[in-house]
Amino acid sequence: MTPEVGHYALVLALGLSLIQALVPLYGAQTRDVALMRLGTSTAIMQCVFVAISFGALMTAYVTSDFSVANVFENSHSTMPLIYKFTSVWGNHEGSMLLWVLILAVFGAAVAVFGANLPTALKANVLAVQAWIACSFYLFILLTSNPFQRLARAPIEGRDLNPILQDIGLAIHPPLLYLGYVGFSIAFSFALAALIEGRIDAAWARWVRPWTLTAWMFLTVGISMGSYWAYYELGWGGFWFWDPVENASLMPWLAGTALLHSAVVMEKRNALKVWTILLAILAFSLSLIGTFLVRSGVLTSVHTFATDPSRGVFILCILIFFIGGGLGLFAWRAPLLRQGGIFAPISREGALVFNNLFLTIACLTVFVGTLYPLALESLTGEKISVGAPFFNLTFAPLFIPLMFAMPFGTLLAWKRGDIYGVTQRLMAAFGVGIVAVAAALAVAGVQHVLAAFGIGLGFFVIFGAVIDLTERVALFRRPLGTSLSRAVGLPRSAWGTAAAHAGVGVTLIGIVCASTWGTERIVAVKDGQTVSLSGYDLTFDGMVQRQGPNFRELAGRFTVSENGQVVGALSPSKRTFSARSMSTNEAALLSRGFSQLYLSLGDANADGSLAIRFYYKPLVLLIWIGTLIMAFGGILSLSDRRLRVGAPKPAKVKPTLQPAG
Amino acid sequence: MTRKQRRLAMIGGALGVLGVAAALVLFALKDSIVFFNSPSDVVEKHLPAGSRIRIGGLVEPGSLEKGDNLQVKFKVTDGAHQVAVRYQGILPDLFREGQGVVTEGRLEPGGSLAADSVLAKHDEKYMPREVVDALKKTGRWQEGEMRTDAHVVGKDVVGKDGAAKDAEVKKP
Repeated sequence: MTPEVGHYALVLALGLSLIQALVPLYGAQTRDVALMRLGTSTAIMQCVFVAISFGALMTAYVTSDFSVANVFENSHSTMPLIYKFTSVWGNHEGSMLLWVLILAVFGAAVAVFGANLPTALKANVLAVQAWIACSFYLFILLTSNPFQRLARAPIEGRDLNPILQDIGLAIHPPLLYLGYVGFSIAFSFALAALIEGRIDAAWARWVRPWTLTAWMFLTVGISMGSYWAYYELGWGGFWFWDPVENASLMPWLAGTALLHSAVVMEKRNALKVWTILLAILAFSLSLIGTFLVRSGVLTSVHTFATDPSRGVFILCILIFFIGGGLGLFAWRAPLLRQGGIFAPISREGALVFNNLFLTIACLTVFVGTLYPLALESLTGEKISVGAPFFNLTFAPLFIPLMFAMPFGTLLAWKRGDIYGVTQRLMAAFGVGIVAVAAALAVAGVQHVLAAFGIGLGFFVIFGAVIDLTERVALFRRPLGTSLSRAVGLPRSAWGTAAAHAGVGVTLIGIVCASTWGTERIVAVKDGQTVSLSGYDLTFDGMVQRQGPNFRELAGRFTVSENGQVVGALSPSKRTFSARSMSTNEAALLSRGFSQLYLSLGDANADGSLAIRFYYKPLVLLIWIGTLIMAFGGILSLSDRRLRVGAPKPAKVKPTLQPAG
Repeated sequence: MTRKQRRLAMIGGALGVLGVAAALVLFALKDSIVFFNSPSDVVEKHLPAGSRIRIGGLVEPGSLEKGDNLQVKFKVTDGAHQVAVRYQGILPDLFREGQGVVTEGRLEPGGSLAADSVLAKHDEKYMPREVVDALKKTGRWQEGEMRTDAHVVGKDVVGKDGAAKDAEVKKP
């Protein structure tokens, strides 16, 4: 009964979305306030019905109702409860349901928090939001219904793919989807502005918090996915330039550019058309990401079996929204009044620089990801584009971008003073040069590139610090004045500094882990010791363990440094009987920000055991940096002027409807 | 600067960066991409030794030899031809004789491959698309080959579109 309720609720949500897709739009055209306001209630009710639907599927999983095909294929009665929850989205159908749930939650959030948006704008935004929702409800109901029943209910399920039986599944997909889907709001606002043919600085103020929210989730989502792949796949890599990873990186790059261009639009009423275009692109890239992953057109480390017929449906959705969005842009954008043009050496000039490099970096990732597909369909030739391509194209674009970052935040609006800024950044330059020298002294001259990478990281971090000290006039005024200034400093200034410093931290982590990481792949026998980067690893034998739904063969290892035992590592191989599949559970030992990483290979005939043992210096900084970036986002979001829905334009233009 | 000059400077700068990026992309595409070949391609195309390629196919049953120091040798076949592969390291968990594999490395004189990476599927039903295509070419692939176990129970629902129900989330 419950699955049928879920199915029916989803159909009702589709019905509501159809109403919401048309009525408020018609209302906005005819200036009928009652029709325009209809979108608010339908958006909230849609959210309620999708939540009921999602809850129904979750109930089926938690109660192990194997009469539902989806549960039968992806669950097992002995699975720990947490994985019964998470396996709801550990499969295609369920993850699409999570996608629409998040979409509906965002739609309802606009309906609730957007109380002071102009009525017509809000009506159009919700209508566009409903078009997206509508197409994805149809996709689920027509091609990927998670509530399909089996004629004869099996006694036991076929278990969730063991690789997904991990806490990472609870964290990574929901966060990533919150990011992907969050950009739909920016997209809807952009299309609404194009439909109205009018846009102003207030529009940017309304869009920014939503973009920032999506960006934060996407940042953490990508980062947690990277950490999950790092410890679960057993290769010790944190980023593979894999098509699916690129699919999440592209919206992030476009979204980061959008965040910055929206600042220019809000403060200087310029870059309007460009900001609209970026809003369309960010969500289009999210859709492309969904398509690439869901259709299985790409071979990737993440690819599992997929059904190509679904790919065609998503491709149609893709063409409709990207083509429609860009078409509307081409048709209506000339109507928007262009803002002024400005001096290259200024805050807005620096933000344009940021946008230029971010979008072009995004373009290179796009080419690298889709070129193999294009080449194969044109010539039949199959190629793979991997890390060497992106190291050659993406990295050279990111270096000038990061170098310019501290300058950008210090430059004044309208006309900046590049010499003054350079002088103020002297301390940061100094720190950077000291870092380069120290790295060269420790690691030797052959690591000159890595040393400069570290220097750049320190320059970015201290550039962000100087931005703050300059704002509070530290050391130039009495300390009391500086403190009171620091208290009065807008939270968004703290947020900017934190996010920028986070980029520097991540860069240092990437450079250190990939340059000075060491590894040993050896076969060890009982009692044998292996040394790596000053650590001694002793193999103490194997143990058998029984988990809830797997058997586990674990190795016991002791780690010592200079004769002192510093910890134990117990990597294992798990065999899941339901799928006769095994997974490799790596063992990690953190030493400060560095990690020792150990994973098991095969047992050999002579009784020895193959192991991979890595030392990853400062590897944790990679993810800590991204968390600092997201924390910066939270700080900015908590800024009074940016709070979701709260900001009101200083002067309400007579052409705008009164809020309500 | 006048308005027009500023605009020109900006557009010029943007085009400059775009040009540099395009040059980098073209250079990288020439140098750092890897072509995919089936074992038959390797044999028939007479690829020069030293070229970097990816090959995909099935691990020939009975061909796996393990040596000292984690040295491994096996053969990749598409039914018509085989290529010998040499690899040092740990094979993926789902590496099995008779199963699909994709491996990347340098061709050695004599037509064998010194591999530096070996990828096996990590889902019991998933077969890399390149492998499927390579097998289709030599007629070794039958549609529905991968669906064997989807029919065991509940075929009323699952049977129609085969095994491919087992789609994943985003990450492994």
